[in-house]
Amino acid sequence: MNDHRHIHQIGQSGMEHAMGILPQLILAMPFLLVLIGYLFAVIYSSRRYKPWPIYRTACWILGVLLALISVAGPLAERAHSDFTFHMIGHLLLGMLAPLLLVLAAPITLLLRTLSIPKARRLAHFLRGRLSRLYTHPVFASVLNIGGLWLLYTTELFSMMHEHTLLHILIHFHVFAAGYLFTVSMIYTDPVAHRLSFLYRSIVLVLALAAHGILSKFIYANPPAGIPVEQAERGGMLMYYGGDAVDVIIIFILCLQWYRAGRPRVSSRNSVAAQTE
Amino acid sequence: MGGERSEASRNLWSGVLFGLGLVAFIDEAVFHQLLHWHHFYDKSTTDVGLVSDGLFHAFSWFATVAGLFMLADLRRRNAFWLTRWMGGMYVGSGGFQLYDGIVHHKLMRIHQIRYVDNVVVYDVVWNIAALILIVIGLTLISWTRNKSKKRDEHMR
Repeated sequence: MNDHRHIHQIGQSGMEHAMGILPQLILAMPFLLVLIGYLFAVIYSSRRYKPWPIYRTACWILGVLLALISVAGPLAERAHSDFTFHMIGHLLLGMLAPLLLVLAAPITLLLRTLSIPKARRLAHFLRGRLSRLYTHPVFASVLNIGGLWLLYTTELFSMMHEHTLLHILIHFHVFAAGYLFTVSMIYTDPVAHRLSFLYRSIVLVLALAAHGILSKFIYANPPAGIPVEQAERGGMLMYYGGDAVDVIIIFILCLQWYRAGRPRVSSRNSVAAQTE
Repeated sequence: MGGERSEASRNLWSGVLFGLGLVAFIDEAVFHQLLHWHHFYDKSTTDVGLVSDGLFHAFSWFATVAGLFMLADLRRRNAFWLTRWMGGMYVGSGGFQLYDGIVHHKLMRIHQIRYVDNVVVYDVVWNIAALILIVIGLTLISWTRNKSKKRDEHMR
């Protein structure tokens, strides 16, 4: 009981340290900028090329909004003192928002918006060694799930509540790692190295397993300073919420496999149908 | 000939994957969520049990979706073979249920079927049901294998 109250105090004081308006603004600003940038690019490039699909724009807007509410505003503030809300924020910022943003195909949009020399330079960068590394499924999975293991099983989690800079860095990492992970699994934007569906499927299943195992580990071993019942609720939320987002990624990966393996006969038919 | 054989095996694997996913889904929906017999976490869970459970859970989620996409692929190629697919499905469900019943529940002690005194009764029913599923599946598979052999001979 005593312990519990002490823990609560740490949470409260941590809140004053880290959750001023400034860190919220710093985390929210990039998302606001890319939202505006994307919308401009849609309008500008749709003058020259065929109109950009509306569902992609909708995915981008929704994805940015979900990321925004998890880094700034009431949910973000609540997440700082209640682990259950922290986990809702994690699911939104690290999983659902990145998935929606990937489905919005921002790189494709950027490539058709930029002038040809600039687009070439971007394409060159995307083929480069650095972006190959960061979008490799194994590297992205370790960055993503490994980062979470580090966060929830070490002192890092309680340190995050004490230091504003750490709070900003970790939240940025959770989002960026989630985005790279999704990009490495489903190919909606051009990718430097196309790995086989089997390869990506195996890495995906292993990464999802590591995510599920971590959820149950959190359930059984609350991170420092987290009351047992919050850790249990948060762990279950991470487990089932993770499943809900994962099944969308699995579905899209399988759908891309299904489309890529279209039998030759029917593709000939469709070509014939188009030329008729 | 080779194409037909690979289609036969893809029918089988699509069934196995879907069966495995289906039984894991029933386990989660019925025994965890509706009946609340299974527990999310049990203090006696071993570390290796936690890992095995995580791997099987993730794989079963993937297998359900992938198995159904393979089925759709077979159908658009006019290669879907229901009996052989069902054979795979029974083996997949029975196989996973047996693994869950023996390795997960008993050896790795992830959780029990139900938290009651005579859990052994539940264990016996659970594992015998799994064996029945496997036997049905193997029967269907060997039956379809004979059938495809006969078909081959007939074509010669």
